[in-house]
Amino acid sequence: MEMLLSGNEALARGVFEYGGEFASAYPGTPSTEILQVIAKFFKDDVYAEWAINEKVALEVAVGASYGGARSIAVMKHVGVNVAADPLMSLTYTGVGAGMIIVSADDPSLHSSQNEQDNRYYGKFASIPVLEPSDSQEAKDFVKTSFEISEQFDTPVFLRITTRISHSKGIVEIGDRETVEHEGFERNITKFVMVPAYAAVRHKIVIDRLEALKEYAETTDLNRIEWNNKDVGIITGSISYQHVKEAMPDASVLKLGMGYPLPMKKIAGFAAKVKNLFVVEELEPFYEEQIKAAGIEVEGKKYFSNHLELNVDRVRDGFIEAGLLDASVKSSTALAEPEEVLPRPPVLCSGCPHRGMMVAMKKLKLYTTGDIGCYTLGALPPLSQIDTCLCMGASIGHAFGITRAGKSDGKFVSLIGDSTFLHSGITALASVVYNKGNTTNIIVDNRITAMTGGQDNPGTSRTLMGEPTNAVDLKAICRAVGVEHVREVDPYDLEETISVLKEETERDACSVVITNRPCMLFPSKIKDEPYTVILEKCTACGLCFGVGCPSIAASDEKNDKGKPKAEIDPITCTGCTICAQVCPSGAIVPLEQ
Amino acid sequence: MKNGITNVLIVGVGGQGVLLASEILTEVAKVMGLDAKKSEVHGMSQRGGVVTSHIRFGEKVYSPLIPSGESDVILAFELSEGLRWIHELAEGGTFIVNDHKLVPPITATGKFFYPEDAIDRIKARVPGAKLVEATDIARELGNPRLVNTILLGVMSQSIDLAEDTWLEVIKKMAPKGTAELNRKAFLAGRSD
Ligand SMILES: Cc1ncc(C[n+]2csc(CCOP(=O)(O)OP(=O)(O)O)c2C)c(N)n1
Repeated sequence: MEMLLSGNEALARGVFEYGGEFASAYPGTPSTEILQVIAKFFKDDVYAEWAINEKVALEVAVGASYGGARSIAVMKHVGVNVAADPLMSLTYTGVGAGMIIVSADDPSLHSSQNEQDNRYYGKFASIPVLEPSDSQEAKDFVKTSFEISEQFDTPVFLRITTRISHSKGIVEIGDRETVEHEGFERNITKFVMVPAYAAVRHKIVIDRLEALKEYAETTDLNRIEWNNKDVGIITGSISYQHVKEAMPDASVLKLGMGYPLPMKKIAGFAAKVKNLFVVEELEPFYEEQIKAAGIEVEGKKYFSNHLELNVDRVRDGFIEAGLLDASVKSSTALAEPEEVLPRPPVLCSGCPHRGMMVAMKKLKLYTTGDIGCYTLGALPPLSQIDTCLCMGASIGHAFGITRAGKSDGKFVSLIGDSTFLHSGITALASVVYNKGNTTNIIVDNRITAMTGGQDNPGTSRTLMGEPTNAVDLKAICRAVGVEHVREVDPYDLEETISVLKEETERDACSVVITNRPCMLFPSKIKDEPYTVILEKCTACGLCFGVGCPSIAASDEKNDKGKPKAEIDPITCTGCTICAQVCPSGAIVPLEQ
Repeated sequence: MKNGITNVLIVGVGGQGVLLASEILTEVAKVMGLDAKKSEVHGMSQRGGVVTSHIRFGEKVYSPLIPSGESDVILAFELSEGLRWIHELAEGGTFIVNDHKLVPPITATGKFFYPEDAIDRIKARVPGAKLVEATDIARELGNPRLVNTILLGVMSQSIDLAEDTWLEVIKKMAPKGTAELNRKAFLAGRSD
């Protein structure tokens, strides 16, 4: 049977069909749906869970593999940085049952803080990297990955990108096949990475890589599609699709296995074509290795490492190289776009993060920020986030800037519940230990909202929908040594401002935790809407400053021609923040 | 149409239903036995950002992304979003836009303005552009949520996919209990 599946759906399907038994992940765009699909459709056969972060996701999946279950750990590209510590020694121990690490890269940074190219992790860890180029391969390569993993006793890196994850294509689906594996078998020299044993294992890794290089030469993951031999193109992943469309007459060496490279096959291909190119997204990963092997090839000179490739960019590169006629492009391809205002994403109407940020702005605090919906507070009109680096960084930042002692103003950190659990707890303990006196705000909306509303260890529900114990954030903060832990209602501006004022003036480390849930997840919240009494509105614009999508400029103007406000009753949730900042009492419940 | 591939670009604002509409179109192409791909970035769609969906179908589709200036049909769920993507239309392509405004909150800063002349600019650029009063039609049919299906109906006039298949897929994919309403909405759009 055929189904229209996204890369993520197809990959999840592959885990089911090819005997996967265990899946763990921390959410992150574009990878998130993989675990959601497994939990929704295949939970009778495949155990699926949200781990607290990617390091733990990898560690539990490794445990499952050691324990005889085909397992998979899923994360976005930056998640692999978090999981890099176990990864770099996992390559030494090897696996039990087949084990896959899915890395979902995000060229063009559609929803990420960088566009790192994780194929380098494969080389770094000396493990094979498989790169599907569409949904069908996203499913098929799960099978091959499990097989390679078991044959070579290695974890396999399955590297997808946003365009693979979030594009749909037609996929042939099948039934589940299972493979029998024994449980954990004691093998101390294999599984205990102390120096003496690890040194021996490193040699095994080096030999394994040689064996994998031989495999790369013969596997049908890497295939040559002969055509005109004037131009030969080495490519993989989504770039293969762009190349096939942009250069239909060229010969193509498609790499399904991006590491290690089949260097003999490449040399053979190179010898038969007149002009050899590498077309790959992001870094010159293949190109550098091919050049290092002494083969003449062009790549990044024509196909930049900045942002995603597409058919246009591949055509442009070959036009520049003088191998394609510019007339292939559409007559309107260079048409000037119209000038249209930007439409940046915004905090939802009634988002509980808004009240906190309005209070922080009122107190003129600097905010070392973190990653989550609240990062949207960096955009105007709030402009209340001053740093954002990686998950968990906010708490250390506030301490570092404050301890450096050269900046005026008060620095507080702002972090979400999921991010605090992911990597904020250790930072907080470190700040307390080092006698920090910063105020740290946890905006606890009881969900992982940014990535679409996933449960986390604070929400008392598992990914499989079962009730479970919840982490007590306040107790954690106290346990790491914070003496001043306060709870505030972010919909009460006066209270929030007064608590923030007290805590930021105190010469001690403190934590302020908000107590209102997300408006969207797990279910939509809507109270009675508010409205603007136009006769009372002076058009001062303060309510516009809270950045709520339900508040807009009305057609009514004051005598200076400034627009008065209006509120959309359909989207207004009645959070009252705008009413609290209005100095003229012009914003009231619609009912009245 | 280039190389026998039909390219449809559906654009709008997060929450308007662009993703479901493109899902239905891609499924119709698939059921008709064509190769089909669809690509979109939906990381921020729930936060009121711009949403675009590329749908491509034909004998064999490689890239999931439509090359610049090769969209045979553009369907815009909102006026300023139509204007934002109008330059992607292929020569002789069909441009359909819902006569509906969603003013982004950024206008409240006073630094950005909604293009009140959007319709004029669209008509100046694509004289044959089709303006659809989908909200009015939906109201007549008694349910404002039918806007998407009406727009799909309008668009279906400009692409070569069978009416039976459209109706079959809409029936299958419509939310529970709304199959008949959506059928009516589609047909209303198809004859608009
Ligand atoms: C290492 C890493 N993993 C995952 C992500 C993806 N990601 C961005 S924000 C976020 C979670 C945000 O949740 P929370 O802190 O609770 O804030 P909320 O969005 O709910 O306000 C995640 C998982 C990331 N950016 N980096």
